[in-house]
Amino acid sequence: MARVLVGVKRVVDYAVKIRVKPDKSGVVTDGVKHSMNPFDEIAVEEAIRLKEKKFASEVVAVTCGPTQNQETLRTALAMGADRGIHVEIPAADYPKVGPLHVSKILAKLAQKEEAGLIIVGKQAIDDDCNQTAQMTASFLDWPQGTFASELKLEGDKLTVVREIDGGLETIELKMPAVVSADLRLNEPRYATLPNIMKAKKKKVDKLSPSDLGVEIATNIEVLEVSDPPVRDAGMKVENTEELISKLKEAGLV
Amino acid sequence: MLLFTTKIVGWKFQSLKPLLSYYKNTYCLARALSVNVNVVEVENGLASIVGSKYVATSHAICEQHSHDESYHRHLLPSIVVWPQSVGEVSEVAKLCTAHKMPMIPFGTGTGMEGGVAPMGPSVSINLTKLNEITDLHLDDFDVKAQPGVTRKQLNYDLRSTGLWFPVDPGSDASLCGMAATGASGTNAVRYGTMKQNVLNLQVVLADGTILHTAGEKRRCKKSSAGYNLTELFIGSEGTLGFITSATLRLHGQPEMTKSAVCSFPTIMDAVNTAMQILQCSIPIARIELLDETSIKAVNNYSHLTHPEMPHLFLEFHGSAASTGEQVDQTAEIAGLNSGSEFKWAETQEEHNHLWQARHDLWYAVKAFKPGSTAISTDACVPVSALAEAISHSAALLDESGLIGGILGHVGDGNYHCFVIVEDDQAKLVESLTKAIGKKAIELGGTCTGEHGIGIGKRPLLKEEVGEKTLKLMKAIKCSFDPLGLMNPGKVFS
Repeated sequence: MARVLVGVKRVVDYAVKIRVKPDKSGVVTDGVKHSMNPFDEIAVEEAIRLKEKKFASEVVAVTCGPTQNQETLRTALAMGADRGIHVEIPAADYPKVGPLHVSKILAKLAQKEEAGLIIVGKQAIDDDCNQTAQMTASFLDWPQGTFASELKLEGDKLTVVREIDGGLETIELKMPAVVSADLRLNEPRYATLPNIMKAKKKKVDKLSPSDLGVEIATNIEVLEVSDPPVRDAGMKVENTEELISKLKEAGLV
Repeated sequence: MLLFTTKIVGWKFQSLKPLLSYYKNTYCLARALSVNVNVVEVENGLASIVGSKYVATSHAICEQHSHDESYHRHLLPSIVVWPQSVGEVSEVAKLCTAHKMPMIPFGTGTGMEGGVAPMGPSVSINLTKLNEITDLHLDDFDVKAQPGVTRKQLNYDLRSTGLWFPVDPGSDASLCGMAATGASGTNAVRYGTMKQNVLNLQVVLADGTILHTAGEKRRCKKSSAGYNLTELFIGSEGTLGFITSATLRLHGQPEMTKSAVCSFPTIMDAVNTAMQILQCSIPIARIELLDETSIKAVNNYSHLTHPEMPHLFLEFHGSAASTGEQVDQTAEIAGLNSGSEFKWAETQEEHNHLWQARHDLWYAVKAFKPGSTAISTDACVPVSALAEAISHSAALLDESGLIGGILGHVGDGNYHCFVIVEDDQAKLVESLTKAIGKKAIELGGTCTGEHGIGIGKRPLLKEEVGEKTLKLMKAIKCSFDPLGLMNPGKVFS
């Protein structure tokens, strides 16, 4: 039975209306509701189901970020993860962190914890990078099953049904492997009050990136973040002749 | 005003009649009302309060705000406006009152009784721009929601807290709108309806006064302080004022949830099972009846595969031990009534799919004749009278030859007949629904358990509560809204 590592990210909640900071350096995150990345919720749920079906021995939730990320870990623990690892990154350094760092961290942790399976959400809803699973697999030289909409584990054989542009692709991976969860993989359970209470007592280890030999340095600089342009008002035309002449005027036909 | 009535193509109504009856039948200074309202002046005034971007008079927008999920179609509102704050709602109300312009609050437009359908010139006040969830108190299990927040949105927001809001009418309705109609749902048998789950309301009266029905900071579970204005507003269908925030009572997520379906040879077997489950005081969380037609509908629309027989959809909440007990007791009762083996929803996905299919029944029945309209009855009777009420409705439905399903919250003694209305059948359907409503009243029940009176059930209200009580209700309405500007023509004709 494999030990499953699940990566969870704390992001601005999906239902919040995003606003750009006046200085255009990023989006407003202060005082804004945050929650676990929805695809990571699906990843946690899948890991817990594997454990319930006795395919996994232990589910370890991992998060990288400042102190507030503890909340995200507690949610994973309340859903049923056994213990958590908080790779603490000071708030000032956090903007520098991206999938490259997280995947190095997950790779090191997978080796340290002797994990047999890593499940992460396919992408985070704040940066939409869709890179962590792939880079983690690369660092570990493990096979990857991304955009998983179905997962079946038999011994050390992992069957993954992937959602791709053309339809569904079924692949077989030999464990250990990395999987990224897509929307239709499952519908996550709700946390119950007794489980939230129990989660408070579950073990959470704290590490720093340097403990794992990972440096937080980046070659990427964000120049500007701005709102999408305001939509221009449309215009009404009386008939198809006018439509065609207006389209011609605009050089569109 | 006659201009936009004639623009509506395809709706069957007599253009002048609703207008005339509206003027004739509204009480409380009807003469002072709207005959001379200067719509352009009101429009300009509204634009100066909310900004011209949030005032609309286009046909498409007015049409969208002229109806809900029911078949009631009368007129279009003259203007649609979107206030962005409680302050703006108050200013809008003051302006409309100054111009004697009737006002209709609008949320998600998912009502079932035509509550938002204008019956005369009016402003539709779309409150959904007020859409915040605030003041969540995890330890006290309460939270506040504004009109733009729907029930699914609230539960999504609460998903990691271990708390949820259980009132679940079929559509993803606005919580404040649910308060306005006194809504209920599949979970009411165990968790109550809006009445039991609203602690306080912030409301704006027709004259612009902003107040809290229980007092500004109140959020306690019970109170004996003064008259219960919170409950007065619940079910008032926009006739007493605007609901701009609701303080809601939350519940803990059940430790364990088990859902199953059970089929029966006849609908009476299913109904008797339901009655006996309640009489044994089993704390069942959901117990929903679906007749043969309803099952055909869900199989067709939601791709379920249940045998075409009457069913009970069941759900049990509790700890592993208590749900086990409830299941055993319920299975025994079902067995005594020729019920089948329980078919369980094994995974979270199957569970979600099952209950979404139940919630989608309105659309599923309408899907038998795509593009059709339909009506829903909403009889609610004492549980012991359920068998008589349902067999009376079933007989009427059979006789009529209309396409319809009988289904609903038998746990509360409440069931619906969803009946498709084809063009030439309007009169027949009307007499059917009237008969069902009257029977419910005869049996000590109500013609509307959760949808409200709206437009269609106004004649039944008098029969149900009696003349003296009705008179008292009208007196209360007059003291809240002396000019009769709040959603005129609804609840009372």
